[in-house]
Amino acid sequence: MSLVNFTSREITCKIVYYGPGRSGKTTNLHYVYGRVPETRRGRMVSLATQTDRTLFFDFLPIDLGQISGFSTRFQLYTVPGQVYYNATRRLVLQGADGVVFVGDSQARQLDENLESLQNLQSNLLEHGVDVRTMPLVMQYNKQDLPPELILTLPELDDALNFRAVPSFAADALHGKGVFETLKGISELVLKRLAAGSPA
Amino acid sequence: MTSTLNPRFTFDTFVVGAANRLAVTAGRTVAENPGSAYNPLFIYSGSGLGKTHVLMAIGHAAKALAPQLNIEYLTLDEYVEAFHAAIAAGQGDAFRRRFQNVDALLVDDVQFLTNRKEMQAELLRLTEALQQAGHQIVLASDRPPAEIADLDERLISRFSGGLVVDIGIPDYETRVAILRRKSEERGSTFQPGVLETVAKSEFPNVRELMGALNRIVAYQAVNDTPINAEAARQLLGTTTVASPTVGSATAGAPTVASSTDEFSQFLTDVTVTVGKAVEAWRARVAEAVLRWEGEGYRTGRLEKLLDQESPAAVDEAIAAYVQDVDRLKALEAEVAALDPQAAGEKVFHDPDRMDEAESAAAKVRDGAAPPPGPSAAFPFDSYIAGPSNEVVLSAARDVIAKPGKKYNPLVIVGKSGLGKTHLLNAIGLELARKKGAIVACLSTQGFVDELIAAIDGNRVDWWRARYRRATALLLDDIQLLAGKERTQEELFNLFNQFLDADRQLIFTAPAHPNTLEGLEERIISRLEGGLVAEVSEPDKELRRNALERFLKSQHLPMDVALLDYLADRPTDSVRSLTGIVQRVVEAAAAQDAPVNAGLARDVLEGSPSARRTPGLRTSGIVVSSAGGVRSREKMVWDWPASSDRVIEELR
Repeated sequence: MSLVNFTSREITCKIVYYGPGRSGKTTNLHYVYGRVPETRRGRMVSLATQTDRTLFFDFLPIDLGQISGFSTRFQLYTVPGQVYYNATRRLVLQGADGVVFVGDSQARQLDENLESLQNLQSNLLEHGVDVRTMPLVMQYNKQDLPPELILTLPELDDALNFRAVPSFAADALHGKGVFETLKGISELVLKRLAAGSPA
Repeated sequence: MTSTLNPRFTFDTFVVGAANRLAVTAGRTVAENPGSAYNPLFIYSGSGLGKTHVLMAIGHAAKALAPQLNIEYLTLDEYVEAFHAAIAAGQGDAFRRRFQNVDALLVDDVQFLTNRKEMQAELLRLTEALQQAGHQIVLASDRPPAEIADLDERLISRFSGGLVVDIGIPDYETRVAILRRKSEERGSTFQPGVLETVAKSEFPNVRELMGALNRIVAYQAVNDTPINAEAARQLLGTTTVASPTVGSATAGAPTVASSTDEFSQFLTDVTVTVGKAVEAWRARVAEAVLRWEGEGYRTGRLEKLLDQESPAAVDEAIAAYVQDVDRLKALEAEVAALDPQAAGEKVFHDPDRMDEAESAAAKVRDGAAPPPGPSAAFPFDSYIAGPSNEVVLSAARDVIAKPGKKYNPLVIVGKSGLGKTHLLNAIGLELARKKGAIVACLSTQGFVDELIAAIDGNRVDWWRARYRRATALLLDDIQLLAGKERTQEELFNLFNQFLDADRQLIFTAPAHPNTLEGLEERIISRLEGGLVAEVSEPDKELRRNALERFLKSQHLPMDVALLDYLADRPTDSVRSLTGIVQRVVEAAAAQDAPVNAGLARDVLEGSPSARRTPGLRTSGIVVSSAGGVRSREKMVWDWPASSDRVIEELR
């Protein structure tokens, strides 16, 4: 978890997009990737199946340049959503500075969301991290779907956001809410970094 | 022809950061040891990064350390012009001589040597001449020697043979420090974050950074409201490193990241978050660390601040640190004036060891303090003269009149209690009255003890220096040197220096030097080389004088009979005479009787009524009042009881 290195004057944030399968985690990263100037982004590593399902994980490094004298880097990861890749998820979660929980707004996916949240909690615990101490934001994706199919932000908050963390409605495909989410998690991470002792 | 050094360009006004630390350190070294450290010193950097500043700062620093140095600063163009003018006037040789006599030559803009073959040859000749004479050359250029086009191989190798250092573009912290320093100099204050915003812009050099500062200074001056960080960014219309896409924005038509550019917006937000929550105070600490590290101070205390979780009391800590550093600087300057060697001690660069620095400075101060002087308790006019000390007194007067010239050394010999110490101090007091006189007057034991302490504290050098500064050295009881080999060695050296410089030496001894044991032959012969004057037992006249003075000082009536009686009593010293009178006076006080001859006789020779109670145990010796035993006062009249005696013996 070496977030701030005062000797080499670097800030490195590892942010993991977590959530049930097909909730739009990779879409989030793709959107970010598309908006970051070429000079500032690394190669996006995406290991996907032929049907575009994330097999292993996606990785997008972003170089934010010098901020207050620190060369600042964000590393965005996604985890594979499908249940049977739990080992990978746990691995990716290791050393995360912040987690974006990408939930599926569709009413019929509510259970998957809950299951994934629980999975997140238990995987963090495996690493000895209490979910309450981990910077976390919720993103309710696919808000562009017809209203009859999805739950609204308050409903989703009621159902999923029991810790009352910042939550964002999003349409990752079109980019709505993507950067808001990223900004939300960044603020949490950086604030924690300010409060916490540097590594 | 030669430019004068700009007084603003000193090391004090140069903000040191990682990019220029080497150049500054090398520059300082060269200024401190011109000609010997790095010769030639070649400084190169892009334009506006401080070459000229460092060059002139070297000149200032060297001049400050050694004002007599002949230092010339000029640009290559000026050099060329001067050369051409000299050649045209047929004064080529004079020109060469002029530059060969310079102690430190500072040449700026050497890159203009390109395509000037004859100047290169001239400079090569000059460089060789200066180097051979041990004179310093410092050159500045906008590129390293090897990259100056068409430069003579021999010059390249000459330039590279010393030290070649570059000055890089200052990093963010240094930029902030520069801006702070410069805005302070301009007397402008800005809202927090403004200077940081300016510093965030990437300027290729400090000059442009200054331009940016000037713009916001000017802006703030015309507008009554203080400029804020956002306005500064807009005013400068700069690319901050953190938000590169804003780069195209021009001044006057500022755009903060357009709403369509989500990434820039995001970056700005993150920057604000980092700046607000994380960095502001840490950046200040890091900046302070860099700055003081650059000046050679230990920054452990500041670095520790970075480990703390909240910015609590950071500014106070930095302020306290700066205060400590200032104190250290003051101490070091003070010490440097007294003992240049001690000023280099590390402790003066470590604000975490203030106490040690203070005590080190105190040590040096002690060392610089004059050696112990004569005691004011022994004024010369209270020394009682008489035939028995006539010789020594006249010698003393001669010495006071012509210290170091007449009798050097003067050795006063005589038994204990004859007033040698009094006379020594009295002479010392008189000598010390002279202008600029530093009189060291102390007992030989004190002298030995000081040397031992100095050896113990590894400070023999200052100890020596301290005595070498004295214009007269007066040592009491020189016989105590016996067996103190090291002290004799030191004294021997001091002795020679004092004699060579015609500075007065005076010693006292209980007997003639050649009868003293344990003193080295070379010391004895030197002691005998001056005047050995003896104080003999007080004669009657002297005794009378002493008595008169004593009675006077006690406000007692001058009883002639008493004076005669006491003065007639043979005593071996003034000290014992004083003791006797004291006893008489005390007895008079006890009996509430006037001090007169009768009482004195009673006290000193013992009258039955005064001293003896019939029936007491006595020694059985019958002493007639006629004085069968002379020193009746030394008789024991009342023996202790035998039991007491046993205890006494057992002890």
